[in-house]
Amino acid sequence: MTSIGATVKEPGSSKHNKTGSWRTFKPILDKEKCIDCENCFLFCPEGCINKEYDIDYDYCKGCGICAEECPVKAIKMERE
Amino acid sequence: MLRVISANRALAEAVKLARPKVVPVYPITPQTTISEYLASFVADGELKAEYIMVESEHSAISAALGASGTGVRVFTATSSQGLALMHEILFAAAGLRAPIVMGNANRALSAPLSIWNDQQDSISERDSGWMQFFAENAQEALDFILQAYRISEDQDVLLPSMVCVDGFILTHTVEPVDIPTQEDVDKFLPPYQPTHSYLDPEHPMSIGTFTDPNYYMDARYDMEIAMEGAVDVIRKVNKEFEEVFGRKYDLVEKYECEDAEIILVAMGSICGTIKAVIDDLREKGEKIGLLKVISFRPFPREDIYNAVKNANRIAVLDKNISMGIGGVLFNEIKAKMDVDASGFILGLGGRDVPPEDIIRIIERTRNPTDTQKINWIGIKEEE
Repeated sequence: MTSIGATVKEPGSSKHNKTGSWRTFKPILDKEKCIDCENCFLFCPEGCINKEYDIDYDYCKGCGICAEECPVKAIKMERE
Repeated sequence: MLRVISANRALAEAVKLARPKVVPVYPITPQTTISEYLASFVADGELKAEYIMVESEHSAISAALGASGTGVRVFTATSSQGLALMHEILFAAAGLRAPIVMGNANRALSAPLSIWNDQQDSISERDSGWMQFFAENAQEALDFILQAYRISEDQDVLLPSMVCVDGFILTHTVEPVDIPTQEDVDKFLPPYQPTHSYLDPEHPMSIGTFTDPNYYMDARYDMEIAMEGAVDVIRKVNKEFEEVFGRKYDLVEKYECEDAEIILVAMGSICGTIKAVIDDLREKGEKIGLLKVISFRPFPREDIYNAVKNANRIAVLDKNISMGIGGVLFNEIKAKMDVDASGFILGLGGRDVPPEDIIRIIERTRNPTDTQKINWIGIKEEE
């Protein structure tokens, strides 16, 4: 239920909003091809890729910047 | 204590008695004297409030909303173009459920530019989620401000209110007004205690956040429930007001409606003219009545229907026009109840409505040629 005036009383509760549901294309990383350059980690605007190159699909919106920036084409965008 | 004052003065006296903590107001004709009276009350120490001098009406309502978000009682006032400039924030104030009370001196909207009275300004904000109460005289302006705070701050409502007074006709003419004592007002209107939405470091919350489609619609639905629930809250507040101050109000006022064959429906100061005409006609044995709509939002459909259902003919008088469909009150009455009514547009931009016009309306209502036709009263060509 929405609170009166849609106020938010729980700190940090925006994490409940799983923005991964907005995604149309899903980035799939082939770790065999990965050269550990950190480009995807650095360019991801949502901070959804960690240093082990695990992708957080709860919040990844599927923008495809990681795939675009990967120098060895290790990330493919697949339709959901 | 009876004093001979204008509706603007009566409204300002009511605000002083309601003890708001923040008053951001930008002056505009014909509201200007409200802003002046309040400024002098604050300067003279009679009203312990922060009077914010803002640079526009958009800022006035924005400051009012921000102040309300800190959990204090707030007042602002405007008119016409000023209300139109507030449009964006009016919706925000209602959506954030800020119980702000505003005085609106009803004035025509440009173009052509006019400073004179009609009710187009507030009627055009009918969908904003604000309650709107229309005063017939200065006493009602004072009383409705006090009631508006009680209604807006009620836990079952939490929506802002607009008290509407007809520009110049009420704002700049004087009449005797009973100004209640501070003691009685304090009894009726205790200090505002916010519980739902206020900034407090001890209980942090975010106000005015972005909502995705999972939340927005439910918040709007809650507002509609609150607006419908306001009808019962207004009745309760009217009753308590009568107990303290002795003046009786309802969402509508029925004047000689009981056995009336023709009932006129109207809002605001024009009801005074209509009552005088009815008194004359009743002496001649003509059964005419008036239904004064005080609460335009919430819309009191049951009260209106019960008052007019036994009349043979109904006339609805609008000081506004929704181009292409006619008067707003007329159309809402036609939409919400099974009655046949004639619609009249009159008094736009200060066009005078003398008693003869009311008699003309009664005659046209008695023998309607086409009830779909919107009747314009006082247009020069027809004379």
